[in-house]
Amino acid sequence: MEKFTTLTGIAAPLAVENVDTDMIIPKQFLKTIKRTGLGGGLFYEHRFDEQGKEIEDFVLNRAAYREAKILVTGENFGCGSSREHAPWALLDFGIRCIIAPSFADIFHNNCFKNGILPITLPRDEMDKLMEDAERGANATLTVDLEAQTIMGPDGGSISFEIDPFNKQCLLEGHDDIALTLKRKDKIEAFEADQKHSQPWQWTERMQEGGKQ
Amino acid sequence: MSEPRTLFDKIWTSHVVDRSQDGTCLLYIDRHLVHEVTSPQAFEGLRNAGRTVRRVDAALAVPDHNVPTTDRAAGIDDPESRLQVETLMENCEEFGIQCFAMDDMRQGIVHIIGPEQGFTLPGMTIVCGDSHTSTHGAFGALAFGIGTSEVEHVLATQTLLQAPAKNMRITVEGERGDGVTAKDVILAIIGKIGTAGGTGHVIEYAGSTIAALSMEERMTVCNMSIEAGARAGLIAPDDTTFDYLAGRPLAPKGAVWEQAVAHWRTLPSDEGAHYHCEESLDAAEIAPQVSWGTSPEQVAPITGTVPDPKEQSNPAHRAALERALEYMGLEAGAKLTDVAVDHVFIGSCTNGRIEDLRAAAALAKGRKVADTVTAMVVPGSGLVKEQAEEEGLDKVFLEAGFQWREPGCSMCLAMNADKLEPKERCASTSNRNFEGRQGRGGRTHLVSPQMAVAAAVAGHLADVREMA
Repeated sequence: MEKFTTLTGIAAPLAVENVDTDMIIPKQFLKTIKRTGLGGGLFYEHRFDEQGKEIEDFVLNRAAYREAKILVTGENFGCGSSREHAPWALLDFGIRCIIAPSFADIFHNNCFKNGILPITLPRDEMDKLMEDAERGANATLTVDLEAQTIMGPDGGSISFEIDPFNKQCLLEGHDDIALTLKRKDKIEAFEADQKHSQPWQWTERMQEGGKQ
Repeated sequence: MSEPRTLFDKIWTSHVVDRSQDGTCLLYIDRHLVHEVTSPQAFEGLRNAGRTVRRVDAALAVPDHNVPTTDRAAGIDDPESRLQVETLMENCEEFGIQCFAMDDMRQGIVHIIGPEQGFTLPGMTIVCGDSHTSTHGAFGALAFGIGTSEVEHVLATQTLLQAPAKNMRITVEGERGDGVTAKDVILAIIGKIGTAGGTGHVIEYAGSTIAALSMEERMTVCNMSIEAGARAGLIAPDDTTFDYLAGRPLAPKGAVWEQAVAHWRTLPSDEGAHYHCEESLDAAEIAPQVSWGTSPEQVAPITGTVPDPKEQSNPAHRAALERALEYMGLEAGAKLTDVAVDHVFIGSCTNGRIEDLRAAAALAKGRKVADTVTAMVVPGSGLVKEQAEEEGLDKVFLEAGFQWREPGCSMCLAMNADKLEPKERCASTSNRNFEGRQGRGGRTHLVSPQMAVAAAVAGHLADVREMA
């Protein structure tokens, strides 16, 4: 996973509440067996009409925001389906930071697994950022994860909170699995204990395994 | 005396393998369900890193999202869908995971087959790369949806890194009125707390109404916990749970079963346990529900009308409402029973179980689907289909003019050929009415199976209580 340290880029305003992951990446793009190449499907039904032609007034189609790296949006962003294709599509498009008043849990989790920083801010600060983002090509923000700050186009700074574990993962670009495998002894000890205390979890079929 | 604990607290603490200083836990995962859409990249990740599956015995796979619900003898037409299903089969073969193939009687929607096989048991941690994994909470198991990176993490390590959730309790008391189903109860709950009402929480459903639900009804309730934003839903295991599980193929047997039940009886929340947040509903006040908008929180009793955005003072909410009505092609103030439908879909992990089909068939018997409506019934699994056919439900549906299909996710998310055309309107027993969910431009009204039959017969949204 690519590290996230600082990011400077244009912030695109998407003032919509409850953006669901079906909207972020519709079902027809879920048939892929790859993680890459999903940028073209991002917000597909809002970016393109039924003939596949760009819908001009959708924010990411406007000249100022075609290179956006940051999305400023509404409450409960990423609700619904668990599809990780949503952060994959955002990433492939070039968006690495999403700022919203709140996020849905699974999407929030999925961001951290993909080097995307989701930032939660209170309403008044969101309003200010949304205004900044409306200013088009001048809407450049700088996000500094180490310092936990967002610098606005006027030089003003907003600080944000983030869970220390998630922060560390992004800063270092951890391979979660490699880290967990270092704790293999503890997993084995847990399993040995559970086999004894909850043997029904380890029935004959379960111990034999599925398709041997 | 130890602190009183909730059902969630008990399951959580008994699965912590390791705890970091900041509170993040390495949580042991007992069972892992796998389907074709969210797993290929996880298997690819394992392969690229030269890793293996830690416990093949704790995983069970099935293709469900992409499978055709028409005759399957010729396989899958769509090349991408076919490749995804074949990739699942190949990955399971390579890594040694049991997979119910498309022609296996046990194939079906992943959240239907887990309970059906006894793969789902109380007190377990269960995950799947699918948000409706919350369904399994009906058994008093901590079950939640995960992304593909986490699918890979579970395959490789049988654990997940998680911060503990908060406890929320929703108590529903009293007897349900005629025509009011478990679906109506959960839609009313989501309407009350909102689509983000449960964010960061695990919802425990409690009270006399919930305790009186059958297992299948409990699954309908827990299934839609994610539509309230919750990480998971939970219902305390009891005799209803144990009776359902006894004798299932993968459920424990004999002395081990007795030992398991004795343990499961200790799981319900202790008296005085702390909840971060509580809500309550009176079952008698819940009428049959129907969604009118593009979020599951946008629901109303069938006797109601389409709300007026002008009555919203918050500009963001007003804009969302206007957008929803425009998409849905509805006028503020219109009576919901005047809304004509083109399609009716009965099925999904929310309402594709045998009791759902029985209830729908009981109403469909001797009636006819309106000429203007295309209606289909998609059983949740091959075993549900077989049972329904043994009971003659297929004939009832066919005689009434419904299509009788093969099992799968089907029109709930329209990844296969079953989808709406732009502006087509569907009364659907599924779980999401998002824009484009059932096909680009398609308009979804979430309802119970009984209300779906009422709409199919009437040709418009209709109150099941008024069926002559």
